[in-house]
Amino acid sequence: MSAGAGSDNLPWWATGLLLPVVNVTLALLVSALVIFAIGEDPVGALGTMLRGAVGTGEGLGYTLYYATSLIFTALAVAIAFHGGLFNIGGEGQAYIGGLGVGLVLLALPGWPWWAALPLSVLGGAAFGALWAAIPGWLQAYRGSHIVITTIMFNFIASSLMVYLMVNVLIKPGQMSPESEAFSASLFLPMMADMMAAIGVEMSSSPLNFSLFLALLACVGVWAFIWHTRWGFALRATGANENAALYAGIDPKRVIVITMALSGALAGLLGVNELHGVQHRLMLNFPAGLGFTGIAVALMGRNHPAGIIPAALLFGALYQGGTELVFDYPTISRELVVVIQGVVILFAGALEHMFRPALVRLFSRRPAVAASKPAGA
Amino acid sequence: MFLTLLSLLDSTVRLATPLLLAALAGFYSERAGVVDIGLEGKMLVAAFAAAATAAIHGSAWLGLGAGILASVMLALLHGFACITHKGNQVVSGVALNIVALGLTAVLGNAWFEMGGRTPNLPADARFGEVTLPLAEALRGVPLLGPLYYELISGHNILVYLALAIVPLTWWIAYRTRFGLRLRAVGENPAAVDTAGISVTKLRYQAVLIAGLLCGIAGAYLSTAQGAGFQTNMTAGKGFLALAALILGKWKPVPTLFACLLFAFADALQTRLQGVALPGIGEVPVQLIEALPYLLTVLLLAGFVGKATPPKASGRPYVKDR
Repeated sequence: MSAGAGSDNLPWWATGLLLPVVNVTLALLVSALVIFAIGEDPVGALGTMLRGAVGTGEGLGYTLYYATSLIFTALAVAIAFHGGLFNIGGEGQAYIGGLGVGLVLLALPGWPWWAALPLSVLGGAAFGALWAAIPGWLQAYRGSHIVITTIMFNFIASSLMVYLMVNVLIKPGQMSPESEAFSASLFLPMMADMMAAIGVEMSSSPLNFSLFLALLACVGVWAFIWHTRWGFALRATGANENAALYAGIDPKRVIVITMALSGALAGLLGVNELHGVQHRLMLNFPAGLGFTGIAVALMGRNHPAGIIPAALLFGALYQGGTELVFDYPTISRELVVVIQGVVILFAGALEHMFRPALVRLFSRRPAVAASKPAGA
Repeated sequence: MFLTLLSLLDSTVRLATPLLLAALAGFYSERAGVVDIGLEGKMLVAAFAAAATAAIHGSAWLGLGAGILASVMLALLHGFACITHKGNQVVSGVALNIVALGLTAVLGNAWFEMGGRTPNLPADARFGEVTLPLAEALRGVPLLGPLYYELISGHNILVYLALAIVPLTWWIAYRTRFGLRLRAVGENPAAVDTAGISVTKLRYQAVLIAGLLCGIAGAYLSTAQGAGFQTNMTAGKGFLALAALILGKWKPVPTLFACLLFAFADALQTRLQGVALPGIGEVPVQLIEALPYLLTVLLLAGFVGKATPPKASGRPYVKDR
């Protein structure tokens, strides 16, 4: 699905920087039209979003905290993309992954956080992997459509979690469906506290140790996809299943493994949200971040180096969107959803619309430069 | 028992209608070689536009018109991305679904200030029940009377319209020149192109028909079945419709039966809640609620056999040079 630079010899910064900037600008313009249509001032609203997202230390912390979750879900989408699979089940995989994180932490009361972290990561990854591997298996061996099955698995995950939270995991004697809190020794350190320990003052926010985990995951995914034999098999299958088969790769197996890895990455969202911030199992904690991962991956061109800035941008949109709701009662949170959709449209479906224009722009310029000395 | 079964079948027909309309929309689009994941989004904008218009102007028909218009606009955007610019069809569909989800919530909240809902529609701004001729008179006839009165009569006009579109679609697809070309462009666009027929034009026509049908489906949700719009009120119906289309192997009549099956699971779902089943006991509500989705997964995995989509489906047509 058009990963990489393509064959038209655009310089890397044109595909990697210019095109995304064009796409985001267009998405913001469309959103400005929406704000205008409901009778508010688009410039003022975008200003409020910007201030809310990066204007204060607290806002910046929230932006980074959302970006952490988005890095996980976007890496999940990206790795599947490279395997030729469109995984839109990140939301459900993150949800079930969080269940794994929660179960591990509920089982380890009193453990120090650093000893529990590897196990909670493993729990989140394993549960997410399982939830994604089933649609993967169904696609590979039964010919089900991965997009439809992963969507169905989102709905099933949601029903399953409601059942578990209401009937099994709810803290006894409590009305709202939440589990008991994890014991305080398990809480991941907050970034503000870590910084304070080394003498740096930072506003308090939900930003926590998971950010390092997310960055580590970026390096891991990059190394895996481009520098391992398995990553090669994955890309080969994604590029051409038949060719992969003749190269001695079993595409069916690769599909299941790719989906499992994708789900494992999505499942890590639970580490940031539950282990890092909520400190208990609760309903609806992925809150759409699984879907936003699609937009982040597309904007980041399915490469970790692109996903990090794209996740920052969307983290800023989330945080700015929250601020917007305070200031403009007529604008609702879902404006962020509109922006996401438009980014996916421009960066994903309409990517060929601007590419030729850019190619023309770049193929002309060297020619002009070359003709100048001749003319002079 | 007979009456319980009748009312179960009656709600099956009601619940199948939006699925059927959306699945037939998918039929035209996918038969022409354009994958349509965006059925959900088109239904959603249509449901919102229909309810909003009906709430303001008090007319269900105006609502239907607005719903169709909104859905067709989205369909054109899909066509622009997939046909004109040869973009990834699945990505385009997903994008439109997300835009629709956000836009209806933002506009609904701003215009009606009811947390994304539209006001409750009064009876005359909705599509009411149509009592078929002689239904009252024949009601007393044993067996056939209730069957006619409960199951066949008493639906709104859109239900009958949806059912009529099934044979119409069959006739268009298999008995008209347009249908032949439509199916051909989904299998082998190069051949159609060689015959001097515009692939682009045919695909746009198909996508527009899909927009029209999704528009009716969405308007049905908010102005016939329901009495107003709620955020994300399609709740996966577009994907169930797509699954029904696959289950029906991209053929209109089998697709109708697949829709009826999903709708039956849905109708059963509301009735099973809180009921203790013999030998099993009470089944958790959440399991019952997940029934249509589980059924979709199981059917797609187990019973379709090898589902063969139209050959050119999902591939933009690029002329060889």
